[in-house]
Amino acid sequence: MATDKRKVQEINAGSMADIAFLLLIFFLVATTMNTDTGLARMLPPIPPEDQKQEEIKVKERNLFLVLINGSGQIMAGQPGKQEFIELRDLKDKTKEFVLNPLDDADLPEKEEKEFDLPDGSKWVYPVSSGVVSLQTTRDTGYQPYIMVQNELARAFSEIRDEVAMRKFGDKLASLTEEQRNVITKAVPLKISEAEPRTIKK
Amino acid sequence: MAVMKKKGNKSLPPISTASLPDVIFMILFFFMVSTTMRDQELLVRYKLPEATEVQKLEKKSLVSYIHIGQPSLAMQAKFGTAPRIQLNDSYKTTKDILDFVAAERDKLSEADRASMTICLKADGTTKMGIVTDVKQELRRANALKISYAASKSLGY
Repeated sequence: MATDKRKVQEINAGSMADIAFLLLIFFLVATTMNTDTGLARMLPPIPPEDQKQEEIKVKERNLFLVLINGSGQIMAGQPGKQEFIELRDLKDKTKEFVLNPLDDADLPEKEEKEFDLPDGSKWVYPVSSGVVSLQTTRDTGYQPYIMVQNELARAFSEIRDEVAMRKFGDKLASLTEEQRNVITKAVPLKISEAEPRTIKK
Repeated sequence: MAVMKKKGNKSLPPISTASLPDVIFMILFFFMVSTTMRDQELLVRYKLPEATEVQKLEKKSLVSYIHIGQPSLAMQAKFGTAPRIQLNDSYKTTKDILDFVAAERDKLSEADRASMTICLKADGTTKMGIVTDVKQELRRANALKISYAASKSLGY
């Protein structure tokens, strides 16, 4: 009897699993797993009200209008030359507009800009001054709007990939951060979102 | 000699469950690390639009959410089915966005305020009218970094 008392009794660990299960179920219920993904954009700052708003003149050749109507139809093109197009054609049209591969006088101008490369050398790239202007009506659906935004983003990311491939011999995603910054500056994401048009009936 | 004799009467020895807690703890730690706390209850229903060019939202603590969509089923009897804006835990109008952004900005430290992001979670069937109103209010509140929430799809 005396020897028994000195011995520390072993704690029964049989219910440890139940405790762990309880904790597990609590975390399953109280947490979410989905990481949020989305299309990141910068809104233009609002102009001060007392200041007279000067119309920012954009040359017609530098402007690419994309209009989405209430039934999700897309009209795109440069001012005066807009036409109905399908969503799947939008990406290539945007790319053609931004890149202006043949230096067409009707397509956007290019401005030679010098960039400092991470290895210390300079790199001159003709930066397109084209601006994509996206306009919607108040009854445009959000889904078509996001699809168009997505196509525009896709056009720009494909251009960036091509430029990165030519300059650094690799896709944008596998470049270093400095190289990526250079490419992002060389091909800026120029999407302007105008306020929706009010349709007069 | 080597052939074992079948002993029909003897039952199998019980499987040791001593390592069961360890296994469960492993799963528990996996969930603790890979998930985040659910922070607010949704009062609106939405099915996010799909896109291929989505980016991950970097820092959760810098992100504030604006939900837009139909009231959830339990709320529809009271609030109807017209799309609503949810800020924090209640339905709000576009006029409250200014205060909301100011409050959210106050929660962040001085250094982080510039990188505050507003995540717009809107239902795919919402009309652009309400979304544009929200965007205008955000411009007025000087919260210019936004993200249109969309789920990743592999293409159309």
